Amino acid sequence: MKVMIVGACSAIAEATARQFADRRAALFLVARNQQRLDVLADDLRVRGASSVDTFVADACDYDSHEPMLEAAIEAMGGLDTVLIAHGTLPDQKEAEKTWEATAQALNENCLSVIGMLTPIANYMEEQRGGTIAVISSVAGDRGRQSNYVYGTAKGAVSTFLQGLRNRLTPAGVQVLTIKPGFVKTPMTADVAGDGFLWAEPEDIASGIMSGIDKNRNVVYLPWFWQIIMTIIKCVPEVIFKRLSL
Amino acid sequence: MSSSGSDKKHGSKYVSWGQHMRSDAQMLRLASRNDSLPLPDEAAMPVLPYGQGRSYGDSCMNNGGALISNASLNHFIEFDYQTGRLSCEAGVTLAEILDLVVPQGWFLPVTPGTRFVSIGGAIANDVHGKNHHRAGTFGCHVLSFELLRSDGTRMQCSADENPDWFAATIGGLGLTGMITRAELQLKAVMNPYLQEETIRFNNVDEFFAINSESEDQFEYTVAWIDCVAKGDSLGRGAYYRANHHGSASPHKQPAAPKGNFSFPFTPPLSLVNKLSLKAFNEIYYRLQPERRNRTVHYQPFFYPLDSIQHWNRMYGPSGMLQYQCVVPHEEGQQVMKDLLKTIADSGDGSFLVVLKTFGDVASPGLLSFPQPGVTLALDFPNKPAVLPLLNRLDDITREAGGRLYPAKDARMSAADFQAGYPQWQAFKEFIDPRFSSGFWRRVTATV
Repeated sequence: MKVMIVGACSAIAEATARQFADRRAALFLVARNQQRLDVLADDLRVRGASSVDTFVADACDYDSHEPMLEAAIEAMGGLDTVLIAHGTLPDQKEAEKTWEATAQALNENCLSVIGMLTPIANYMEEQRGGTIAVISSVAGDRGRQSNYVYGTAKGAVSTFLQGLRNRLTPAGVQVLTIKPGFVKTPMTADVAGDGFLWAEPEDIASGIMSGIDKNRNVVYLPWFWQIIMTIIKCVPEVIFKRLSL
Repeated sequence: MSSSGSDKKHGSKYVSWGQHMRSDAQMLRLASRNDSLPLPDEAAMPVLPYGQGRSYGDSCMNNGGALISNASLNHFIEFDYQTGRLSCEAGVTLAEILDLVVPQGWFLPVTPGTRFVSIGGAIANDVHGKNHHRAGTFGCHVLSFELLRSDGTRMQCSADENPDWFAATIGGLGLTGMITRAELQLKAVMNPYLQEETIRFNNVDEFFAINSESEDQFEYTVAWIDCVAKGDSLGRGAYYRANHHGSASPHKQPAAPKGNFSFPFTPPLSLVNKLSLKAFNEIYYRLQPERRNRTVHYQPFFYPLDSIQHWNRMYGPSGMLQYQCVVPHEEGQQVMKDLLKTIADSGDGSFLVVLKTFGDVASPGLLSFPQPGVTLALDFPNKPAVLPLLNRLDDITREAGGRLYPAKDARMSAADFQAGYPQWQAFKEFIDPRFSSGFWRRVTATV
């Protein structure tokens, strides 16, 4: 396996990278901080990765997307799996106050993803095979007052992936939309609870690997979020608009 | 990209493994070993490194202060599978190390009774295991580590470099600074199995007889004691001795246990009471084979309690008190009889009482607990009647020139700590000015 992971320092990406390393995959890690990347690279080599290369880039730097892809192909001698895992949890209240905060949230969580998916999709389509796995969120399934800016970004990503899947299926490319629920990570540390709804990054990673192995289209992680979101999506808007969600 | 950095939880309650000490502490996190220490703004607020929280009492607690978690320091750095030298960050657990190295023919040189502790915690408590008589403590196998101090300095410590800091930090209860990474020398094994022999014995004297003939031939030795039995049966139990299986492909290869029982909640009352204690100890003793030889996987041999998640919950909401003392060899046999008789007469005690002898391999640690002698460990339900009993055990231990294990303690007196660890005065010089712990404040209170 030749795997590129964008947002490699995120907790879910790191947990997934460890599972790829267990399978002796070649890894190409992208993140903003070289020092953090070095820590990850050493760890993944010890854990069994057949090779680990790193690339420093900010996902919101659109000019870096093509060089990043070329470097990955060059370093690993090809590319068959991409995991896009970067993202932020925007402060909803801040985003309500200013357009700048909203635009930044959309840029970090949506446009940057779509931006890099453009050359990646073309590459995969041309090689007629491969896997594109992208971390979206259950938050994108329905807009709620508590985090609809984040939800908008993730919803757009999910919709984009739906279309991309439709386009790339004839080329034999898997497009996997990953929709985690609540996950205990540094990103959610300020809001994290402790109940059964909160999953560990390792559990999400296992779900991602199994989604890739089984050639799935969309995975809710853990699985019960599919039931929760089905119910939430069924609530009529006349009622939903009055709920405090 | 994802946000990172230290996350904070203010005023959270943290409970140590004994489940009865609750402390208010802010939980900070060292997000990367290259970052500087996250320190509270209030200069007077002390901090303490926090690993897996497996210490029983208040040595991993810091009431009114902050804890700095090493959970994010969970990366391996380098592993040379030819020499068995492993370098990793301080938050890596023994379980993660075993998962990595056992398939490559290596094993931990020393392991405590749980694999769910971090390397930082194992060094800070200078933990020991069933092979102390051969291998000494965990600290004997630490080649080097990095110590991050609150003033931002990073000290590389080993037997050659900053040796006094190396000595102070091994067994230093996390007080000298935060360990960020460490290098260990592992030991070679042929496979994940042990050849184990069990021998049932009828009393304390028989234990010492079996023990003295076993220590030369067996790397691992330990005994379970029925703490309820009295009279001629005082100190009866089962002796376990084992060596790593020497064959490249043993005849029998028992699987690692898969089943994982968990105490899902804390029962309203302790399940350990005088009635259940008597019944369990009697039945468990009867179940022990008089003599048995078998091949076992390393997990049930070293970590029987790890297969029961949250086993500490069985003591109910009041939790438990652990008691582990060591007394010198000279009067050891008689002292153990005195301790066990005092416990048996009280009718209190636990299901898991462990008796073992320590050898004379010296630890580099300044404040390390093990010393040549006999050690007894057991837990008690935390209830008012137990405290006077523990005080009587203290009297016997003190009289014999012994001492208690800080990692398991929640109640020893300052006088007993200072008498048991006279080197504490020299150790004080190495404490980071921003660091303290509940334990340290307790045992250094003015006598």
